[in-house]
Amino acid sequence: MNKNEKVAYLKEKAKELRKTALTMIHTAQSGHPGGSLSAADFMAALYFDELNIRPEEPKWPERDRFVLSKGHVCPILYSSLALREYFPYETIYTLRKQGSILQGHPDMKVCPGVDISTGSLGQGLSTAVGMALAGKRDRKDYRVFCVVGDGECQEGQIWEAVMSAVKYQLDNLTIFVDNNNLQNDNSCDVVMPTGDLKAKFEAFGCNSRRINGHKMEEIVEALDDLRDMNDGRPKVIVGNTVKGKGVSFMENVVMWHGVAPDKEQFAQAMSEVEAM
Amino acid sequence: MEGKATRDAYGEEILALGRENKSIYVVDADIGKSCKTVPFSQELPEQHVNVGIAEQNAAGVAAGLATCGKVPFVTTYAVFGSMRMSEQIRQEVCYPKLNVKIACSHGGFTPANDGASHQGIEDMGVMRSIPNMTVIMPADYYAARKLVRKSAEYTGPVYLRFTRDPIPFVYDESVELEIGKAHMIRDGIDVAIIANGDIMSRAVKAAEELEKKGISVRLLDMHTIKPLDEEAVLSCIEEIGRIVTVEDHSILNGLGSAVCEMTAEKGKGRVTRIGIRDQFGESAPYDYLLEKNGITVENIIFSAEELLKN
Repeated sequence: MNKNEKVAYLKEKAKELRKTALTMIHTAQSGHPGGSLSAADFMAALYFDELNIRPEEPKWPERDRFVLSKGHVCPILYSSLALREYFPYETIYTLRKQGSILQGHPDMKVCPGVDISTGSLGQGLSTAVGMALAGKRDRKDYRVFCVVGDGECQEGQIWEAVMSAVKYQLDNLTIFVDNNNLQNDNSCDVVMPTGDLKAKFEAFGCNSRRINGHKMEEIVEALDDLRDMNDGRPKVIVGNTVKGKGVSFMENVVMWHGVAPDKEQFAQAMSEVEAM
Repeated sequence: MEGKATRDAYGEEILALGRENKSIYVVDADIGKSCKTVPFSQELPEQHVNVGIAEQNAAGVAAGLATCGKVPFVTTYAVFGSMRMSEQIRQEVCYPKLNVKIACSHGGFTPANDGASHQGIEDMGVMRSIPNMTVIMPADYYAARKLVRKSAEYTGPVYLRFTRDPIPFVYDESVELEIGKAHMIRDGIDVAIIANGDIMSRAVKAAEELEKKGISVRLLDMHTIKPLDEEAVLSCIEEIGRIVTVEDHSILNGLGSAVCEMTAEKGKGRVTRIGIRDQFGESAPYDYLLEKNGITVENIIFSAEELLKN
């Protein structure tokens, strides 16, 4: 695949991810659509191109690791895993149901492909640091990718983790910041301004860049650029994103952080995503 | 007094374990010197991580290491290891049941002159509340060496609590201990004393004094308060019915509470709890702090005799 073909392919995959995530949230009548949709494009690039993984062997020791630090947007992770056939696609209809492997927040004990249980914000990045450090110490080639939210960066532990990633020269760690500028209560600017996150990660010693987190060309270029830049600095991609991206009535609307669409809204959302 | 701090036992045993097994890691949070992990860090730097004064991150990093097959011992003080990183332990260690150990010095009143901020008096209770966690306090240096090794052999989360200051030897190196199994120091029929940790030598002394008075004492070292050795507690309830618990920990949520929970549910037997009376410590001599809370040989004897009166 040349680059143009790859971008076109990943755009299609991002659409499928969005539709799958919306379907599972609609079916469950519970879940977090806004942040799932804002992270969808990056997740498509990871799961359908960048990650070196074996869905048929989820615990393959050499696999690249993925940590969803903003665990509440697990519908987009579950969609990625379902479409990569870690489990039967029909499993998506069991989200948040009793006995389901698709718990309300990711549970590594029951869901194949989930490398660590998350859900309490600010903690996933530390576990990603531990995985990347183990890889360095064991002289393994696997890499670790971690998606954090911008609101999540209000947690002090994020910065503890970044300091340790820099100290241990974890250039096998890539952090994607889903910079959609909304959080549970309101916009980040109102609740607690996070400022220029690219500059902050850079100041801590990371190799940091800012892209449009919905332009697949830019995501692919950023990952291509960073792949071989192994100078000891952890890698950070701050993606300018839109919460609810792809569904007009959800875009940039605080309420859609954790509300499920009803039947009509779901139908409209699906057709809008299809037309993206 | 002939004795040694159990933090020293930890430092020595973790080094021995690290030499034997390259998967054993120490995750320090800047107080390795105080927690006796410096020899480990010097000899085994590839198995050592120091995240600085960042306990929350320490727990998370350890969890990540554990998913890659490492056996990390997060090393700090009891106050920080149980509370500063409490929710990290809950979410990233206990919920996924990862093979992470939390090894803490400065348990109970042993950092006596440090004052209340550094005296971990409620730590075992906090840890006992979290599913999948095993909670241990060894009674002396030899017990600590054994239980550190047992913790490394066990797969799953363990909270270990050590003393800053030297405490008397109760055992010798031949002692054999199992996680979750009470160790009977002496057997008797009139009163059961169930104790753990640094006050064990006081419990031993009290039992000896009681024997002199013609009162037969069963003394159990309940080094593991979770999972509690229910069989051992039940036999104290059934066979003796009078129990004194003794711990250098709050009377809330620790050993005393665990024993009371069983006794109450059984509907028989009586328990007197000796421990920290739900109050903070202060900078003071260790013996003074224990006395202030009634954690003394005299009070153990008195409590046993009171139970026998009724």
